[in-house]
Amino acid sequence: MAFYIARRLVWTLVVVACVLAITFAVFYLLPAGDPALRFAGKSPTPAEINQIHKRLGLDRPWYVQFGKFSKGFFIGDKYGWPGLGYTYAGQTSVKALIIARAPRTLLLIAGAAILWLVLGVSVGVISAVKRRSVVDRLAMGFALVGISTPVFWLGLMALFIFWRQLGWTGGTGYVSPADSITGFFSHMILPWTVLALLYAAFYARMTRNNLLETLGEDYIRTARAKGLPERTVIFKHGLRASLTPIVTMFGLDIALLVGGAIITESVFNLQGLGYLAINSALQQDLPIVLGVVLLASVAVALANLVVDVLYAFIDPRVRYA
Amino acid sequence: MTTPREGKLLDVRGLTVRFPTSDGVVQAVSDVSFSLSRGETLGVVGESGSGKSVSNLAIMGLLNRQRTAISGEVEFMGRDLLTMPQDDLRHIRGKDIAMVFQDPFACLHPMYRVGAQIAEAVTAHQDVSHDAAWARAVELLDHVGIPNAKSRARDYPHQFSGGMRQRAMIAMALVHNPSILICDEPTTALDVTVQAQIIELIEEVKREFDIGVILVTHDLGVVAETANSVMVMYAGRIMEYGPARQIFDQPQHPYAWGLLDSMPSIERRLTALVPIEGSPPSLLSPPSGCPFHTRCRFRFEPCATERPPLVAPVPDAHPDACWLPWDEKLREGSKRSVDRLGDAA
Repeated sequence: MAFYIARRLVWTLVVVACVLAITFAVFYLLPAGDPALRFAGKSPTPAEINQIHKRLGLDRPWYVQFGKFSKGFFIGDKYGWPGLGYTYAGQTSVKALIIARAPRTLLLIAGAAILWLVLGVSVGVISAVKRRSVVDRLAMGFALVGISTPVFWLGLMALFIFWRQLGWTGGTGYVSPADSITGFFSHMILPWTVLALLYAAFYARMTRNNLLETLGEDYIRTARAKGLPERTVIFKHGLRASLTPIVTMFGLDIALLVGGAIITESVFNLQGLGYLAINSALQQDLPIVLGVVLLASVAVALANLVVDVLYAFIDPRVRYA
Repeated sequence: MTTPREGKLLDVRGLTVRFPTSDGVVQAVSDVSFSLSRGETLGVVGESGSGKSVSNLAIMGLLNRQRTAISGEVEFMGRDLLTMPQDDLRHIRGKDIAMVFQDPFACLHPMYRVGAQIAEAVTAHQDVSHDAAWARAVELLDHVGIPNAKSRARDYPHQFSGGMRQRAMIAMALVHNPSILICDEPTTALDVTVQAQIIELIEEVKREFDIGVILVTHDLGVVAETANSVMVMYAGRIMEYGPARQIFDQPQHPYAWGLLDSMPSIERRLTALVPIEGSPPSLLSPPSGCPFHTRCRFRFEPCATERPPLVAPVPDAHPDACWLPWDEKLREGSKRSVDRLGDAA
């Protein structure tokens, strides 16, 4: 198992390096304009542009730039390890910027994930057990609505109703729990719910279908034949076997959200990582984009590893060597 | 309340099972009556889809009551299992009536240790500690012939061979010394060499615990070896039901003849097996008259229109459901007498 994890970690490094190279190549080979122009003020002279090029290191060939970036990442730069360089715009540390923004996104994901897991799995179980009942049809109807409703619309409607009309929650923007714990919850409850609803709908459908499939298995009949109460049959024997695909999805969904919760972040003006990445991409601030992409790809690769290791614990038939 | 020792353990009367589907009503089991005593092995034979398994699932209460129409009576210890509240039935299931299923590869939960699954059967009906339940599981695994039961109990099902899994299933069924053991094709999924061991184990268990066994199978050889009485089913109905000695000596129903003709046997020096032509009818719309008439080589005037009742044709014979005259049944049946063919060879 230890050897397996070590091997997977090495592969994770390879994957991250590939992702970096591709992101770098996209920015270098498909330039939407000269980044220097953005920092040169109105109608700059060629001399000024050249000077900015030199300052940002853009005058060097691409492989030197990539080499310098890679070296900083693996060995560290003046901001410590891993070195992510400095931003074009403010000449400040990219790492510091990411560390400042990351909690917003991570807390958003954590709260939403708990919510959607609890909501999705419990609705799915109820639907499966009460199959074809009114409850099941209602739940699956809502799930369909949840899946098809765009997050930005749902977010705006939630803000309008619960913040502007009813005044039950805080509005847009981020309040650090260090500053005000009630303010934090009041501002996060809507983004959590809106983000969670979409996933909860998916998870409810998935749980329902998996559980229904499992409940048709022969070993469920064995459990009933033993005389176990129906509750034990469903929760201990049924749900256990239905959880494997859900664990996989859960790991990947969380990882993908690290860089992918942009819409929710934008609607609620949380200014997390996704928002940072989009803004930087629009402003051609390559180091920031690379930093966020790096973090997101590490998250996905690690989530994959964690899921695979968890698999072995959930399902004894899976053993790695 | 009947006293178990002398009276019948289980008395099934007019058991009928219908599954309403979107295509119509599947008539899975129609008017099945039989009984089982202690120390008796009842062999239930017939092709796939003849209602053997469904009858047993109905007795165990393992069919979804909401989606199945079940009628008739299943009397066990003076109570009707079919009308009993689910919760009472649950206390009988796995305790007084236990079941061993066809496919031991699919019947054990893949994610729990074998010992834990047996221990769970212990605690389902008995308020004992986890350790005591585990000890009982190990004891039973040892009893059914699992070597190193103590360490093998910690294995997961995929680490067991097919035969061992079926032994584990039997161990699980024996946890509470049930009075009835229902074995639904317990050897179908196993290697031939293992099949004999499992059948032998079931027989041992029956003698040791003095229980009644319902053995569902389409292997007539197994039935010939072990059963005291035999019930031949076709299309959800009983075709022939009687003591095993009589049925193998003097089978009375053309369907039973067909089964015997299509059975390979070492004693029998037939040049070729004779299959029953065609396939079992759809239970959505069973044939009129005798359900077997569409495939029967002996069919004549009344077979297509009138269903023969299950009655004994002459006082000493066992009941069958066939219109053929007795002398023809006697003649054709004695040709297929298992003993006689054995003697001739």
